[in-house]
Amino acid sequence: MDYALIWAILIAVSVFAYVALDGFDLGMGILFPWIKEETYRDRMVNSVAPVWDGNETWLVLGGGGLLAVFPLAYSVLMPALYMPVIAMLLGLIFRGVAFEFRFKSKANKHWWDRAFMLGSMVAAFSQGVMLGAMLQGIEVTDRAYSGGWFDWLSPFTIFAGLSVCVGYALLGASWLVMKTDGPLQQRAYEYGRNSGILLIMAIAAASVYLVSSFENVAERWLTWPGSAALWLVPFVLAIVGGGLLTSLTKQQEGRPYLWALGVFLIAFVGFGASIFPYLIPFEISIWEAAAPDNSLAFLLVGAVILLPIIFAYTGYTYWVFRGKVSEDSGYHE
Amino acid sequence: MFETWFSQADAILLARFQFAFTIAFHIIFPAFTIGLASYLAVLEGLFLKTRNPVYQKLYRYWLKIFAVAFGMGVVSGIVMSYQFGTNWSVFSDKAGPVIGPLMGYEVLTAFFLEAGFLGVMLFGMNKVGERLHYFATLMVAVGTAISAFWILSVNSWMQTPAGFAMNEQGQYVVTSWMEAIFNPSFPYRLAHMLLAAYLTTAFVVGAVGAWHLLKDKSSQAARKMFSMAMWMALIVAPLQVFVGDLHGLNTQEHQPAKVAAMEGHFKSEAQAPLYLFGWPNEEEAKVDYAIKIPGLASFILKHDVNATVTGLDAFPRDEWPPVPIVFWSFRIMVGIGLLMVFIGLWSGYLRLRKQLYDRPLLHRAAVLMGPLGFVAVIAGWVVTEVGRQPWVIHGLLRTSDAASPIDAVGVGSSLVAFIVVYFLVFGAGTVYMLRKMAGNPESTHIPNYARVPMAAERLYHEEG
Repeated sequence: MDYALIWAILIAVSVFAYVALDGFDLGMGILFPWIKEETYRDRMVNSVAPVWDGNETWLVLGGGGLLAVFPLAYSVLMPALYMPVIAMLLGLIFRGVAFEFRFKSKANKHWWDRAFMLGSMVAAFSQGVMLGAMLQGIEVTDRAYSGGWFDWLSPFTIFAGLSVCVGYALLGASWLVMKTDGPLQQRAYEYGRNSGILLIMAIAAASVYLVSSFENVAERWLTWPGSAALWLVPFVLAIVGGGLLTSLTKQQEGRPYLWALGVFLIAFVGFGASIFPYLIPFEISIWEAAAPDNSLAFLLVGAVILLPIIFAYTGYTYWVFRGKVSEDSGYHE
Repeated sequence: MFETWFSQADAILLARFQFAFTIAFHIIFPAFTIGLASYLAVLEGLFLKTRNPVYQKLYRYWLKIFAVAFGMGVVSGIVMSYQFGTNWSVFSDKAGPVIGPLMGYEVLTAFFLEAGFLGVMLFGMNKVGERLHYFATLMVAVGTAISAFWILSVNSWMQTPAGFAMNEQGQYVVTSWMEAIFNPSFPYRLAHMLLAAYLTTAFVVGAVGAWHLLKDKSSQAARKMFSMAMWMALIVAPLQVFVGDLHGLNTQEHQPAKVAAMEGHFKSEAQAPLYLFGWPNEEEAKVDYAIKIPGLASFILKHDVNATVTGLDAFPRDEWPPVPIVFWSFRIMVGIGLLMVFIGLWSGYLRLRKQLYDRPLLHRAAVLMGPLGFVAVIAGWVVTEVGRQPWVIHGLLRTSDAASPIDAVGVGSSLVAFIVVYFLVFGAGTVYMLRKMAGNPESTHIPNYARVPMAAERLYHEEG
């Protein structure tokens, strides 16, 4: 059995689960600059308060899982992405504690609001930078990172960072559409449309840049069978983007979030296909990076048994807290 | 350019300091939440069984403190899962195939369980009803203990590696998962740490109870929590001394250099003395200003006054851990442990005489003891981690060979960022927790648990 391939798929699934779940709750903080009313902000934070912990656990699984099954990729990526990783962690600290702290102190609430906002933005931006840096390539010599301190920094990675912020704002707005009503919901529809249009443009621009600037990527998409798939991409993006914008315009509450996930999925599959089977593009493949088979098999047993259970009780939590978050939240007695 | 200012040795020292700092800060929260989650499960269980409202009050009171501590534990823990790679990439590459899957199991069996049910525990009472809510509390408590199981297995493997071989890439590969997980020091370390977490929490609960008893000794809530905490002190503190002794004997067997540093034994000798205090002088290989009891170390470590105890002279100089740090951290840990035993016995004596709530001196002492459990936990970890030096994996991989190719400026600046952020954020969190603890438990707000329409039931921290 090709354990490395199975694990590459499982890691991809957990990264996507992370983006799908933590994306919208990071999106709350990214939308804060446009939503200043205190009661609205309380509703936004309350809408994710019972689930953010679980959402962020997917990121721990991403880090821990990478160490477990692709230790070589982990030990090259972390030094290479040192600064964005540290920035992300610090951002997550600020926003994570702000959930609790902003209700603990009236006098300092506006400071914790800022911490929540900036922390969410820094975390999202750093994740985009990491994605961009991975796509543009990382220098490796003898099983170790051999590039410089600022290799991760380029116009493309900054663009990727901003795009992820826009994408999470879209997920956040689509979440708010489901969880709120009234004027806040109306504004969420509007922010969803704006960020949706921006995101689709950003994905298109990034794709053109990757194909035009990187020979290896270009080779895949400009020769058969990649070339056939390449022609499909604009159509698929148009259909999903159209679906997203229509659902936002027609105000179909439950749909925009799913369409938004669709947009993310296309980008995710597209970028994945651009570099597969490499984890560190065109240096280290999943098979080279993989831990010995018995490590992969040992953890796979657990993952196969436990991931469905985790999905089940995570789903249960979302079901318990289903429905709208109301205006008169009960915490201000 | 920067490389000329700082050497690689500086980078490693800074990386070690960064790991020590972030993990010492982190361990404070799990040590507290492991204990507190179990305490909350006990309180809610007792309430469901007895319907005594004091248990419900205490549950709500400690739940809010738990929420803050848990949040800080989560975010400081995420840092740890990436820290292996950022600063210790060689270690990650070599040891990843062993410790990675164990940590993977920690995430899958513990972290998701805790995080998944925490939402229900904090905000779900009027959505799921009492029984399911109690189930959620139990899942969170079980999750914290499972988490301790895996991460202590990882740490123990680094102390007493077992069940592995090496492949051609120089990675450690597991040959027996049972041997790797249940490596020789693991059962002792797990028991010692879990008891430490329970004791630490008990002394925090006891301190808060005592604080409120000093203000109003008729408070039922304060009496209940003080009494429960003192039972823990009476029973668990002596148990911890016993388990700690077993753990020490196990260390003596597998990591004798660590025990030699703990005891300040530079030379191997029969009738080895127990140094109560002193200053280990590494240059001259002796303990200065020593206050010692002849033969007692031989008795404790070998259960025979005349037995020979291995000293540091049995090891090459470059395999010694830093002796004074290990020696003193050990004394701090043991000293606090003995104080805990004393408080437990004192409270037991007063309980027999029915004066448990009437002796302000005991209450004042209990208040002072409140933070000491954390000090003991950190001191204990310093003993075992610094005592393992110069190895990151005992006997296999030196710490100096395990670091990332990151220069000192990089490690140093991220270290400064962590220090500033941690003091700011976790300082604020500690203030908020202390403020909650200063609040009168008698006036804990009990939300209306009747099933009410969605609009009125968002009980996010109802008192604001």
